[in-house]
Amino acid sequence: MLEVLIFATLNGLVTGFLLFMLASGLTLIFSMMGVLNFAHASFYMLGAYAAYSLSLYFGFWTGLIFAPLIVGALGAVVERYGLRRVHQSGHVAELVFTFGLAFLIEEAVQFFWGRDTKNYQTPELLDFALFTLLGQEFSAYRGFMIAISIGIFIALYYVLTKSRVGIIIQAAITHPQTVANLGHNVPLIFMGVFGVGTALAGLAGVIAGPVLTTFPGMATVLGSIVFVIVVIGGLGSLAGAFIASLLIGLLQSYAIASDVGMPDLLNLLGVSFDRSHPLNDLWTISLPQIAPLLPFLLLVLVLIFRPTGLMGKREE
Amino acid sequence: MKNYRFIWANKGLIHKTLMAASLGSLLALGSVSSAQEPVRIAFMDPLSGTFASIGNSGLKQLQFAADYYYNTKGGILGGRMIEILPLDNKQSPNETQLQFRRAVSEEIRIIFQGNSSAVANTLNQTIARHNRRNPGQEVLQINYSAVDPILTEDNCSFWHFRFDAHAVMKLNILTDYIADNPDIKSMYIIGQDYSFGQVVSDTTIRLLKEKRPDIEIVGNEFHPIGQVKDFTPYVTKIVSSGADAVITGNFGADMVSLARSIIDSGLDIPIYTFYAAYDGITATLGEDGKNRIRLIHNGFANPLPTEARKQFNRDFKLKNPNNDVTQPRILNALQMVVRAMEETQSTDPYDIALALEDMRFTTISDEEIWMRADDHQIFQSLNISVHTDEGIEFDADNSGFGLFSEYHVPLEETVVETSCQMTRPRR
Repeated sequence: MLEVLIFATLNGLVTGFLLFMLASGLTLIFSMMGVLNFAHASFYMLGAYAAYSLSLYFGFWTGLIFAPLIVGALGAVVERYGLRRVHQSGHVAELVFTFGLAFLIEEAVQFFWGRDTKNYQTPELLDFALFTLLGQEFSAYRGFMIAISIGIFIALYYVLTKSRVGIIIQAAITHPQTVANLGHNVPLIFMGVFGVGTALAGLAGVIAGPVLTTFPGMATVLGSIVFVIVVIGGLGSLAGAFIASLLIGLLQSYAIASDVGMPDLLNLLGVSFDRSHPLNDLWTISLPQIAPLLPFLLLVLVLIFRPTGLMGKREE
Repeated sequence: MKNYRFIWANKGLIHKTLMAASLGSLLALGSVSSAQEPVRIAFMDPLSGTFASIGNSGLKQLQFAADYYYNTKGGILGGRMIEILPLDNKQSPNETQLQFRRAVSEEIRIIFQGNSSAVANTLNQTIARHNRRNPGQEVLQINYSAVDPILTEDNCSFWHFRFDAHAVMKLNILTDYIADNPDIKSMYIIGQDYSFGQVVSDTTIRLLKEKRPDIEIVGNEFHPIGQVKDFTPYVTKIVSSGADAVITGNFGADMVSLARSIIDSGLDIPIYTFYAAYDGITATLGEDGKNRIRLIHNGFANPLPTEARKQFNRDFKLKNPNNDVTQPRILNALQMVVRAMEETQSTDPYDIALALEDMRFTTISDEEIWMRADDHQIFQSLNISVHTDEGIEFDADNSGFGLFSEYHVPLEETVVETSCQMTRPRR
């Protein structure tokens, strides 16, 4: 049982960190520009496909470096020539714009790369077991995923709190007019943040592609969960996004690893139902069965009891 | 300047006249052949979204089969072409009903559908209701791939024909094969949480209990369909359960992710599946999946039995270099429907259905297959094949890897009883 616990924790951390890489960009963009970027997961997908194509010709490592740069540049272009224009028409227009963009990217990816699953593999250099514990292997690539994610988190934290750029960004979040009056180019900062945010999503795609498979539905599978994280963590809060990502990663992983369900609960209460009971499906449901739905349950609970999210500062 | 404009305007006029003339001649030509209206068939499957690759691959095979055997050879019923209309149901029951309405409004009478038993069930019920209320405008459901047994048992319908072996038939053979392997002492079942996944689980448990009571079921897991990002947590449970083998009915992305996670965890046990090949899956599994992944399927894998079948594969590949003939049953279904039309000289679903009942048809693999009249279920030999790169003449995904048949069961041994009590409409 111990090894299940350890591996569930490790798996939860891998998922959690990966989600954080996506959620951090999304929440940064939101706090700066007030835009909920619906196309965020599409940039994640774009990152995976771009890295796959690059890896065919130049190997995995080139893809790792250049795919996020390409995606980030594309994000910056989208901000400069798309969002900035739409911005004048208000938030609804921006929402609709990113919503449409998500469809556009998904269809474009299928148009250029086709609809079948892509054979995007982990690099040979990391194709070994990092350690074997009680008969189970933990692949080096997963260790690498965790390392990259932690690196990104530290770098982001350092840049935002310690560097000059970070100070300007933080100021621009709350007082964009004042920052502009001080001579800083606020639109350029916005473009940079959007570019970096999408580049982070792209990076998440690059490292997730080989293990979570690169296929046209990858954005849809992850898209909704990233919004859940941003809302649970508190819109615009980086620390909140970090906590919520790990929370959801671990919650799902533990739920799948567990072996309890409604029958156990009923036994505990001393109630039993016949198999022919009309609600039989409900009485036989198990925790692993509904694990992927738990984040949404958590979302509802958070919205009821703490509408601002765990670390949100926004008050209406 | 004025002069110029005049000349240009004149040129435009000439252009228009020419266009009109050529259009007119085209129309005239058209009216000659319009006496031969095409026979229209709808193909309703996911053409976008998570499972788009399977739907599009099926569409290409149906389109190719129609062109290859009929449209390039003068058509059917004395010169009518077959026209395939793709309808994207996004693998959703709701969308299926919308697309069905569209098919009806386009006066389409035959619908090919295969992906997801949940969708097939919806379509089955929708068609039954539509046909009851609109006598004379009935629609026929040609199910080439949805394998929930209920479609030819409790919910069987005169208007539904299945051209794939259903889940219980397949599991019957698969569990025979597993029971023959003395090394397997325990089994882990994992599947998508919907009707087909449940059937696989229940049936596997029941059949293994009969055939090999000593095999312990160490896990029986369901996960939401198309929702799991990472299967590693599930694989952790499989590893710690100490299972000797895994059986799953997963398809599409759920299948690739599951197999990849099992391989990545270093777990070296056989994986028994229904759909772990083609559409990118074979290429992704590659060397790691060699000799570990097995599929139960109808139709043949390597070595293909006849030259006609081989030539069909080659010609398909010439036209669609990035796709494979993944479901030869689509061709069988089309050929049998066309034969029913030719025999009755009619495109009316009622006539076609009657002609299909009890039809015995020899496929291009030189195998006689049989459509049972009692429940409209096809019977043909079943094969268990292994994912490998040895002895592969026709690979999948251009990867060098493909399926090699290991175990062959003739038609007679696949026949199972049915509880179907079909109500036949009267004309």
